[in-house]
Amino acid sequence: MSLFVQQIFNGLKVGSVYALVALGYTMVYGIIRLINFAHGDFIMVGAYTLCYTIPLMVNAGMPAWMAVVLGIVVCVIVGVVVELLAYRPVRKKGTNMTALITAISMSLFLQNTAQSLFGSAPKPITTIFDLEPINIAGVSIAGETLVTILIGFAVMITLTVVVNKTKIGRSMRAVSQDRQAAILTGVNVNRTITLTFAIGAALAALAALMYCANYPAASPTMGGMLGLKAFVAAVLGGIGIIPGAMLGGILVGLVESLSKAYSAVLTGGIITSAFSDAVVFMILIFVLLIRPAGILGKNEREKV
Amino acid sequence: MLKITDLNVSYGAIHAIKDVSLEVNDGELVTLIGANGAGKTTILHAITGLLAPKSGKIEYDGHDLIKTPNHKIVSLGMAHVPEGRHIFPNMTVAENLVMGAHMRKIDKQTLKDEMEEVYEHFPRLRERTKQLAGTLSGGEQQMLAMGRAIMSDPKILLLDEPSMGLSPLLVKEILSIIKIFHEKGITILLVEQNAKMALSIADRAYVLEVGRISMSGTAKELMDDDRVKKAYLGL
Ligand SMILES: Nc1ncnc2c1ncn2[C@@H]1O[C@H](COP(=O)(O)OP(=O)(O)O)[C@@H](O)[C@H]1O
Ligand SMILES: [Mg+2]
Repeated sequence: MSLFVQQIFNGLKVGSVYALVALGYTMVYGIIRLINFAHGDFIMVGAYTLCYTIPLMVNAGMPAWMAVVLGIVVCVIVGVVVELLAYRPVRKKGTNMTALITAISMSLFLQNTAQSLFGSAPKPITTIFDLEPINIAGVSIAGETLVTILIGFAVMITLTVVVNKTKIGRSMRAVSQDRQAAILTGVNVNRTITLTFAIGAALAALAALMYCANYPAASPTMGGMLGLKAFVAAVLGGIGIIPGAMLGGILVGLVESLSKAYSAVLTGGIITSAFSDAVVFMILIFVLLIRPAGILGKNEREKV
Repeated sequence: MLKITDLNVSYGAIHAIKDVSLEVNDGELVTLIGANGAGKTTILHAITGLLAPKSGKIEYDGHDLIKTPNHKIVSLGMAHVPEGRHIFPNMTVAENLVMGAHMRKIDKQTLKDEMEEVYEHFPRLRERTKQLAGTLSGGEQQMLAMGRAIMSDPKILLLDEPSMGLSPLLVKEILSIIKIFHEKGITILLVEQNAKMALSIADRAYVLEVGRISMSGTAKELMDDDRVKKAYLGL
């Protein structure tokens, strides 16, 4: 029982990281129908920023997590520059396929840049939250786990409010639902797209903080698997659908965590915990066979 | 108020609009009629900047519309109700109307009052304020598209085939609303395939045939013209 509770919290923790990253994929997809393959690498950018700015923060007498502000700034700059210099020109001239290839190139470009700047060995990150474990229902849960879950849910709630209740959020939904109508009602489409990239990148910076609080290292390729699983989460929930990314992220986190703990026991040692990633992808395939547009997706042309 | 001079528009090799000139004066209700594929929608798209013309001039209220960024055109007092309605399908009826006033700086109360006015014109929308616009019937979507346009407080309204796909009863309803908007002082450019309906309410009319203006005159003149009678009125 205590293992189960432990794994649920673990799953929620990893799941909230996936959810925040999945939101970046899904929001950009919703607005320009592009799978931004470089999005996972924005987390890596955030992680290196934390790696180098946390000591500065601590020296200045500020809490380590405040470095996330700089992480957000750097990620937003990188995200917006990628959109303005790479994606936008290609979108004007090219096809969906050229845009996709550009996205893959940007991912490799960011990884290679990091490798030449910082080397390929992982760089350790100083402790971000120095917290005592907390006792919940007789189970001891790491403080970092709880803080990660709390940040994740707070960010998701804030984003939901922004998207549904503010003028900016309405512009984003308008562009994603009908670009022509958005223009005719006075929405500046280019600015809205840039803003969506900025928000996605900021979420990636927050995800980097949450991830590094639990796994304190930065490496050039860390965004690869993390990004892939978050992408799976976005597709699972229904790509382009904001609540779908949140649900998909949490589900992938829970499945991964529970399968790590139980698959060996349940299958008599045939499927070991080493297969937990495979289990996640199996579930994706299974869900998509039943619901091709994802859990919250409607099988029709319009998506939010 | 709106003056188009020698407009040419191409889709790649297809020369869709050829040397079109037309004018809509302040307070007029002008109709542009033509068969399917004549180029009516293309002209409206060029006016509101949804596509870039090859050559020609589009002037509106002292502005050069070809040089105006397309999202700024609605703020100049020009509202375009596009063919196929283009409502926001996953927003509620109320949110669609709020989007109509997107670029206006008005307080909550004014917004509410103006939405109330739209609901008075279109009582069916009032019953569906919280319904997702994508689930409305074709007629209701047309009303919503028109209501959304009115929310921008336009001086001129461009309507692209508002009668398309509607029952005769609904066409009549839409027609009477267009008249009401016109009487309120809104200038109207009505694009229609349904020539009979359009000519019945218009002051002046242009006939578009494969990308060229073939005839123009007062609505009455065109209604009595033998060629128009034969080709567009089925008489
Ligand atoms: N996106 C497009 N690409 C290529 N040709 C087009 C496009 N849109 C319209 N056309 C062509 O331009 C001509 C005018 O079309 P349109 O303006 O839609 O006519 P109407 O609104 O009068 O029915 C037609 O021959 C049509 O096939
Ligand atoms: Mg048309």
